This record gives sequence, structure tokens and C-alpha cells, in this order.
Amino acid sequence: MTERAPVLSVRGLSVRFLMPGGRRVAAVTDAHFDVAAGECLALIGESGCGKSVLASALLGLLPGNARTAGAALLGDLDLLTADERTFARTVRGRLVGLVPQSPAAHLTPVRTIRSQLEETVAELTDVRGRVALRQAAEAAAERAAFPVDHLDHHPHELSGGLAQRAATALALVGDAPLLLADEPTTGLDRDLVDRTVDELRRHVDNVTGGRSRALLMITHDLAAAERIADRIAVMYAGRIVELADATDFFGTPGPRHPYSRGLLDALPDRAFTPIPGLPPELGALPDGCAFAARCDRATDACDALPPLTAVPPSPDAVLPPPAGAPAATVACHHPHAALTEAADRA
Amino acid sequence: MLEMRAITAGYARNAPVFRNVSLSLEPGEALGLLGPSGCGKSTLARVAALLHHPDAGSLTVDGAPVRRWRHRAPREQRTAFGVVFQQARLSADPRLALTDLIAEPLRATGRREDVTGRVAELAATVGLTADLLSRRPHEVSDGQLQRACLARALVLRPRWLVCDEMTAMLDASTTAALVRVVEDYRASTGAGLLAVGHDRVLLDRWCDRTVEWGTLTSG
Repeated sequence: MTERAPVLSVRGLSVRFLMPGGRRVAAVTDAHFDVAAGECLALIGESGCGKSVLASALLGLLPGNARTAGAALLGDLDLLTADERTFARTVRGRLVGLVPQSPAAHLTPVRTIRSQLEETVAELTDVRGRVALRQAAEAAAERAAFPVDHLDHHPHELSGGLAQRAATALALVGDAPLLLADEPTTGLDRDLVDRTVDELRRHVDNVTGGRSRALLMITHDLAAAERIADRIAVMYAGRIVELADATDFFGTPGPRHPYSRGLLDALPDRAFTPIPGLPPELGALPDGCAFAARCDRATDACDALPPLTAVPPSPDAVLPPPAGAPAATVACHHPHAALTEAADRA
Repeated sequence: MLEMRAITAGYARNAPVFRNVSLSLEPGEALGLLGPSGCGKSTLARVAALLHHPDAGSLTVDGAPVRRWRHRAPREQRTAFGVVFQQARLSADPRLALTDLIAEPLRATGRREDVTGRVAELAATVGLTADLLSRRPHEVSDGQLQRACLARALVLRPRWLVCDEMTAMLDASTTAALVRVVEDYRASTGAGLLAVGHDRVLLDRWCDRTVEWGTLTSG
């Protein structure tokens, strides 16, 4: 299908922070992934593994001491080499819509939601005139299921869920082909998490008409990821260690990387066992596999960095993977074969 | 036994967050309190931990009625509680290194001689390395800081633990690790637990019994 052409294509993206004293922090290393229209890729991992730095890199929001390498292609535009003027005039809001982590901090506290929506509409679209702006702002609110009778409220008068919808409404105004959601569900209760991700999914599929969007969702909430994502990218210590179909990842054959498996086993509805140890410092990563110190499958081979390699399709797959579909990949010398093996061990 | 009877509490006169809520915990019991955000469950947890003075109602801790809250509460009652909050960042003094953060309750209650041993022991329990202990909150991740906050809550060996959304900001692995630390502590000391949260799956797995906020107010 031609519409599956990637909206965002990240190739070998690396981010280093130069610290005082010549220290370098490897926040993101050699990330490769694509996100297509109508598709949701969830980037999961523990806090501090580099997920949010990756999002900042895509929006040109890295601090001055950051150095990037690789490419992040949005159409013909490379987000890593674009200058601030390009970001401000053509990228933020227009090509990439950001659904922020904390809507309470993202919204301007001293202005009503209506005023912020109207400003965004005026800035990003060619709607002009008070009446037209008012209507466009109300339409934008409706698109994110934000109740129109709450438009004249200030952010502090809104519940967490409504503030999240207000922020989503702002992200959707520019009709950007790529939505970037950075931990959109942190601190929300379970019902609200489900509602928020269902709404995000609706904007990806765009059942209300118009173009479908690509969504890159960064999260540590595995239940939310399972609910929304088509594909899962697992990040550990700045590297993407596994890229898999969401159904395979959460069902059978299950995750291949021992770290991914550990994350799932930590869920309260599964084994509820933590991964031993702590994630490594990004400033002092080992030469080999960064997970080896916490891994029960580690051997001498893990002193060498495992490359991301394609996983053979599961033998009991009902359908062969569609041609051109991105293959599942894993960066591990001793990947898990299938879920049955884990069941045997347990 | 931790007994709250007909508690009414809030932050403004004539506008309480909730009225007439009763809840009791058996000694050593782990109780999960479930409710949507904004229902008042955190306020109830603060009342239970002597951190918020209720407008009406009575609280009995291990047979002794509570007459004073916050800094006015007698030390013996105050130190019977260990509290872990949702936002580690807001509940940690940014000027203190993690080691001092964990040791602060010992210093505040005149048990300086215990500091070295207790901090080392708890750091190992919650999985903090020596290198992390010398850092201040802005130099560690949310998960590492919450580990330190849990160690601080355990340092005085409380008989009751109150965990108010302790794991809401944490990833699955850190959540499982911290819950295990709490359960190991309870197994070795017989302490009781009030765990407040909105994740039913987690609280059902963690606690002996879970109650819905909605069922408390009617009684």
C-alpha cells in the first residue's frame, strides 16, 4: 500500500551531551525506526533511558550542549540539521504536533483555553476574523472532545483529563502529519489513561475524516502502549534494543529481548518481579551490551555490542507478514525464542 | 489497629473534600484504597498519617486516640508512621544528598549514632549504590529518588506505612521493586500498610484487601 510510506524516518540518530570536564553523556545512540501514516509506534523504557531526549531532538528542543548525528527525515526535511527558524515556522505545530507530558505545565495558566486555541488557530491556519476564529477554535475543541462550555475556563479550573484534551486540541490545530506524544498519560488514573489513549488512537485513524496521522508515543506505561500501539520500540540505555509488532510483543511469541521480557514480567498482572539492579549511567556505559549486568542470560559474548538483527518470523504465525512490513528486530546475543520457553522456566 | 471514624476533612471552611468517612485497618493488614483522581483519597491518607487535621471525626492508632496532628502530635505517634508520596521530587529537599535525605528522620529524633549503619542497610535494601547516595535529587532519576524516599520512610521502623500513589510516576520494573521492598519490610516487622492508588490491578496484587472510595462515604 502506498499510504504506508513512512512519515518519519529516523536513521542512526545519536545524541551526546557535552558535560563540564570533557565528560560525554550518550543519551541516544544509533536509533533507527520509521513511523507511517495511520500507525502508532510506542517507544517504551524505564525513566532516564533517553526517550524524552529523542523527542526533544525531533522538535529541535535540545539544549546547547547537545551534539546530534544521523538523520530524522520528515518528508525531505532532516529535523536534525534544520535551524531554529525552520522549526519555528514550518515544523512545530505544522509538521509535528506535540501532546505534552504535563498539560498543566504546557498550557498558559493566565489565559482561557479559548484564547489559547484562537491564538493557535490564527498562527497555524489562514482563518481570519473574530467570528471565524471563534468558530474554528470551537471546532478544534470538538475534534479533541473538549467540551465547548468549558472553553472559557482557565487551565487550573480543569481536571487532569480535560487539561489533557485541551493540550491535544492545540496539538491537532495545525493538522500535522506526525503527532508526538511524550508520556501523555503520566499521573492520570486508569480510566483517564484509557480514554486519553483511545482518543489519540482515534486521531491516528482519523475516523472523523481527513488525513490519517502518524503517532510516536513515548511512554513507560505498558498497559497504555498495549492499548494503542501497532508497533513497539523498546529503549534501554539510549539504544533501541527491540522493535516488534505490538500483538506479538504483548501476546505470543512475546518479546525477544531479555530486558523487554523483564519489563513485562514486572507488571502486576504478570509475574510482578522487578528486573534486578539499576539501569546504567548514560555517562558511563559499558562497551558491550548495556543490559548484560542485569541479565540472567548474559555470557562472555555480551562483552561485544549486539547489533540489531532481524528475528525469524514465528513458526505459528497465522498469516505471513505482509510484504514490505518492517521486520521485528532485536539487539541481543541470546534472544528469547518464544513464550513457551519462558513458561517452562517459570 | 488504625481506626478512622466519621472523618470529615478538607482545606476550606464549609467546603470539606469529603464527609463522614470511616476506615479501619487490622494490625499488620495491607489495605488498598482505590479511587479516581480528585476524590479525596490522598487527603484521607494524610489524615491517617497525622499530616492533616480533620474537621471532624476520630482517629485511633494502636488503641491510643489521636488528639493532635502534624508537628503537635506526640513524637511517639508521629514516628509510628512512614509516608511515601507520589511526587518524589516534591517530597525531597533539593539541598540534601540522598544519604542525608534518608538519615534526616534519625537526626530529627536524636538518633545520630544510628545514621551510618541504618543508611547503609536501607540503601542496600532499596537498591541504591554508594555512588548514588552522595548525589542530590536533581542528579538522579525519578525512580532512584523514590527509592531514597522509601528508605527515608522506613528508617525509623514505622508500625504503619502510608503509600500515597507511590508508584504512579514509575516504570513497571521500579514499581515491582519498590512494592517488594515494602512487602519484605512488612513481612519482617508486621507493619500495617495503607496503599492509596487508582490502579486496581496493582493494588489487588499488592494488598490483602482493597476498598473502593465510593463504598466508604455511605457508611
